Amino acid sequence: MRLSYPADIRIVRVPCTGKVDLIHILRAFEKGADGVSVVGCMEGDCHYNSGNFRAKKRVAQAKKVLDTVGIGAERVQMYNLSSSEGPRFARFAEEMADRIRALGPNPVRAAVNQMEHQTGGGR
Amino acid sequence: MIVAEKKPMEEIIEEIKHFENILVLGCNECVTVCEAGGKKEVGVLASALRMFFLKQGRKMRIDERTLERQCDPEYLEEIRDVADGYDAVVSLACGVGVQFTAEHYPSLPVYPGVNTCFMGVTEARGMWTERCQGCGQCILAATGGICPVARCAKRLFNGPCGGSSDGKCEIGKDTVCAWQLIIDRLRALGRMEEYERIAPIKDWSTDRAGGPRKIVREDLAP
Repeated sequence: MRLSYPADIRIVRVPCTGKVDLIHILRAFEKGADGVSVVGCMEGDCHYNSGNFRAKKRVAQAKKVLDTVGIGAERVQMYNLSSSEGPRFARFAEEMADRIRALGPNPVRAAVNQMEHQTGGGR
Repeated sequence: MIVAEKKPMEEIIEEIKHFENILVLGCNECVTVCEAGGKKEVGVLASALRMFFLKQGRKMRIDERTLERQCDPEYLEEIRDVADGYDAVVSLACGVGVQFTAEHYPSLPVYPGVNTCFMGVTEARGMWTERCQGCGQCILAATGGICPVARCAKRLFNGPCGGSSDGKCEIGKDTVCAWQLIIDRLRALGRMEEYERIAPIKDWSTDRAGGPRKIVREDLAP
C-alpha cells in the first residue's frame, strides 16, 4: 500500500492494548512525548475479549491525570480499527499529529527547557 | 482487608508543595489489593507529581518506594538509611501505616495519600464492601456468619427492624438488610431455632467505646 503518515510518530508495539497501563502513558509524557495515541482493535473484536475496553478505561484515567497536572487531556487519545485498515491508521496518525501540532510541545518539556536555559545548563 | 481510596491529587499537591525532596511510600498489603496504594499507584502518583511541579518550574525530587508493610517495624526500618534525604513522605498505606511511619521517623513529616475507609471484601472487580467493624467480641456464630454490627445500619442484635422491605434497608435501595440475610442463611442452614433466641446486651467496652485498644500476648512478647 505504501501509505505515508507523519514521521514524528514512534510506534510502541504491545501484544494487545489491554497491556497498556496508566503508568506507560504517563511515563511517555514524563519522558517528553507531546501526545500519545492508543490504537486498538474494534470494540467487540478483541482477541482477548476485553483488552481494548481496558485500554479505553486507562486512557480515560490518563486524561484525568493529565488534566490535573496541567498537560491536558486532549494529548492522549484512543483509536479503534481493524488490523487490515492501513489507510485508516494513516488517517488517525495524521489527525493526532495535526492536533498535537496545534497544541504545541509538551508543557512539561517546555518548562524543563526553560529552567535549563535560565540556569545555563545543557540537556 | 483494609479498604482505602486514593485521595484527590489536588489535596496531596497542597500538602507537599512547600517541600523539595519527597518520598512516595507504598504498601504491599491491603492497599495494593484494593488498588489504592501499591507499587503501581505509587508509580502513577509520583510520575504525575513530578510532571505537575516541573510544569510549575520546580525541579523537585520525588522518589518511589514500596514496603512489604508499613504496620510492622522491620519493614519500616528498610528506609532508615535513606529517610534523612527527604523533607516529607507521602504514605499510600492505610491510616495505620501513615501513623506508624510517622512514629518511626519523628522528624519526618508524613502525609496520607489515601482515605482509609473500612475493613471489607472485594465483592466484584472494582467494588469493595464492608464486612467487619472490629468490635472485639465476635458474634458471627449466632448470626449465621453475617455481622449485624457491620452490616445493619442500626447495629441491631435482634432484627430486623420495621425499615426492612423486600430484603433492603430503609437507608437506601442499594443496602441489603443484614437481618434478611441472617434469616435467609439460618433458614438455609436449618438453624431457624437460633433466630428465636434473644441476643443478650452486648459488651461494647471492647469496641471503640472503651477507648483505643491494645492486645498484649505474654506468650509472644520477648
